[in-house]
Amino acid sequence: MGKLLQDSELVSKYIKGNEGALEILIERHNQRIYSFIFSKVYDKEVADDIFQDTFIKVINTLKKGKYNEEGKFLPWVMRIAHNLVIDYFRKNKRMPKFEGNDDFNIFSVIADGSLNAENQIIKDQVDFDVRRLMEELPDDQREVLYMRIYRDMSFKEIADATDVSINTALGRMRYALINLRKVIEKNNMILVN
Amino acid sequence: MAKIYSKKNEDVKCVSPKKETISFLLNYSKALRIVTHKNIQFENILN
Repeated sequence: MGKLLQDSELVSKYIKGNEGALEILIERHNQRIYSFIFSKVYDKEVADDIFQDTFIKVINTLKKGKYNEEGKFLPWVMRIAHNLVIDYFRKNKRMPKFEGNDDFNIFSVIADGSLNAENQIIKDQVDFDVRRLMEELPDDQREVLYMRIYRDMSFKEIADATDVSINTALGRMRYALINLRKVIEKNNMILVN
Repeated sequence: MAKIYSKKNEDVKCVSPKKETISFLLNYSKALRIVTHKNIQFENILN
């Protein structure tokens, strides 16, 4: 029936409840309406949205019986699409949108550097495990490691505080790290976030 | 030899909406019922 019936006949059939009539109308006119919208907005996604909104208005108006038979169907739909395109540009003017592209992404500048919840939990777990592993070390090595890593002391300060030479402090640090690695390997632990 | 300066037409494939959009509209139309009560019209979407 698609080719034979005029738009006006299809519209009245649709108003009377024939859903197939709407399918024919959309099929008949979708390219013209969509091209018109696309030629204004140059964005497929936006064009699809406006096309959809246009036909939602068409469907609502027809089903509510508010359609005015005086005009022709296609110019009427085009007018709705045109108004929605204007609405789209008005809305965007009021609230300018910045979209990133491949060359520049705004989130690389304003990114939140803090860890997300999952990574924070993993980090806390890793910190806790390292602390526990340190308990396994001999006292002198653990002491040096603690002062260097957690209290950020220099080897000179560590040497003074523990009353040994700098070389001894360096040696203890070295063995502390070697022993820690051994324990980690032995227990097949993964301490990476 | 004369040069041809006219540009080739850009790809004009995207002149029709997505199939999903059309199918959404047809389903929306089937699901929409307008109920009139005391001169007020209500839109009902029946799923």
